[in-house]
Amino acid sequence: MSAAEAAPPLVRKTALNAVHRSMGAKMVEFNGWDMPVEYPAAIGCGIINEHMAVRTGVGIFDVSHMGDIRLAGPEALAAVQHLSMNDAARLAIGQAQYSALLYPQGTFVDDVIVHRLGEDDYLLVINAGTREKDFSWVHDNTRQFKCKVEHLSDDFTQIAIQGPKAVSLLQKLTDADLSAVKFYWVTRGTLCGLKNMLMGRTGYTAEDGFEVYIPSDEATSERVWNEILAAGKEFNTVPCGLGARNTLRLEGKLPLYGHEISDAINVWEAGLDRFIKLEKPEFIGRAALEKARIEGVQKTLVGLEMIDRGIARDGYRVLDDSGCEIGYVTSGSPAPFLKKNIALAYVPPQHAAIGSSVQVEIRNQGVKAQVVPTPFYKRPKKV
Amino acid sequence: MSYPPDRKYTKEHEWITAEGTIGITNYAQESLGDIVFVDLPKVGAEITAGKTFGTVESVKAVSDLYAPASGTVTAVNGDLATSPEKVNKDAHGSWMVKVKLKDPAELNALLSAADYEKFASEEAGH
Repeated sequence: MSAAEAAPPLVRKTALNAVHRSMGAKMVEFNGWDMPVEYPAAIGCGIINEHMAVRTGVGIFDVSHMGDIRLAGPEALAAVQHLSMNDAARLAIGQAQYSALLYPQGTFVDDVIVHRLGEDDYLLVINAGTREKDFSWVHDNTRQFKCKVEHLSDDFTQIAIQGPKAVSLLQKLTDADLSAVKFYWVTRGTLCGLKNMLMGRTGYTAEDGFEVYIPSDEATSERVWNEILAAGKEFNTVPCGLGARNTLRLEGKLPLYGHEISDAINVWEAGLDRFIKLEKPEFIGRAALEKARIEGVQKTLVGLEMIDRGIARDGYRVLDDSGCEIGYVTSGSPAPFLKKNIALAYVPPQHAAIGSSVQVEIRNQGVKAQVVPTPFYKRPKKV
Repeated sequence: MSYPPDRKYTKEHEWITAEGTIGITNYAQESLGDIVFVDLPKVGAEITAGKTFGTVESVKAVSDLYAPASGTVTAVNGDLATSPEKVNKDAHGSWMVKVKLKDPAELNALLSAADYEKFASEEAGH
């Protein structure tokens, strides 16, 4: 038995690093960060338990490795509109939207959540692995606007509280009325005694929940983390690592930078075109997207379910029925809640119809799989 | 976790008894996490010391199984095809394959329980 492990030279730590280690979390390097992948079985965790807790109860995640860029000033909206493919003019104060920053060729700098915090005040929440690149991109491409661009990534500890019981848990710790906050809206309130904390009803688990932003000093971060876990005892709350975060987002078909989206994949291919607002007269990448719409795509993102025994993994080749290579898996894993082996893959449009039969090459053998509807998992609507 | 002294161990984290029964160690199952898939050779297959003979997969990782010794597979634990999580629950009780050893003396080169325990704790410390 051997598992390949790479130890990079420079690894960053969140303010909660010592807490994860003291809980016995298995740590891995992720995009330059030393992060918990899962918590030990001895305290009732492990990827499957963590995943199931979020689907059926509540789990909490340290997502402080995510980055934050604030744009504020009289032309902040114009700056965001220039950078973002979605239409930020539609955002009310306190509202958020999913979007992406694009290169002129219509491919991804990153995907982002754009929050409108005030009249001329926007917060972009970005990926860990693209922090510096994103900040340079935003900074360099907004020089012409009267707006201040601040990199706030290191100012926040970001904790995600996710699952059907997330609101009940967080409500115990804040005076803000969370039931009044709709999905993809934010509020501010006192949280664990800290005044005016930002809390957004967002997440990366395809489940209900909040992401909270608190000061990034270790003492405060540890206190809040522990208070959330303690308040969550009655809901059997577990801490969750990046392993469960990945399987949860995969079941929900939420894209991961470097996998489903990258600087070599355009928005049409990724199937995220519902977030493109071509009625906006201008944004970086718009012209290329218009052109790509007319030309059509060579590959498209599909959901696969393994029919025969085998687990598709990131990077595995996708073959047609006769064994010819037609595409590749971007993310593949067992799906703990669905209890199936699922994958996202790029294939040519002629193989993308629901029900199409393909094979995934696993250890030099074609294993039967089928194109299925996505998202694989959709959370039940509240009655 | 103690390692039973009735068998030998490899640096790739397999165990093997004198009779040729093979499994993975508790340290291995712990490092892998939730095991969801075990791919083993068929009865009659030849395995070669130091070469891969199967695969074990957790939710997150794929790992090769390396043969602690050479021989012919005489039995495969079919239970693990439907309940691979048994390896997490009891790694030293969940055998994977039984092998008719080609040369039982090959086992002499493997680690004792005490030596393996030391090796595993050093590896965990890294």
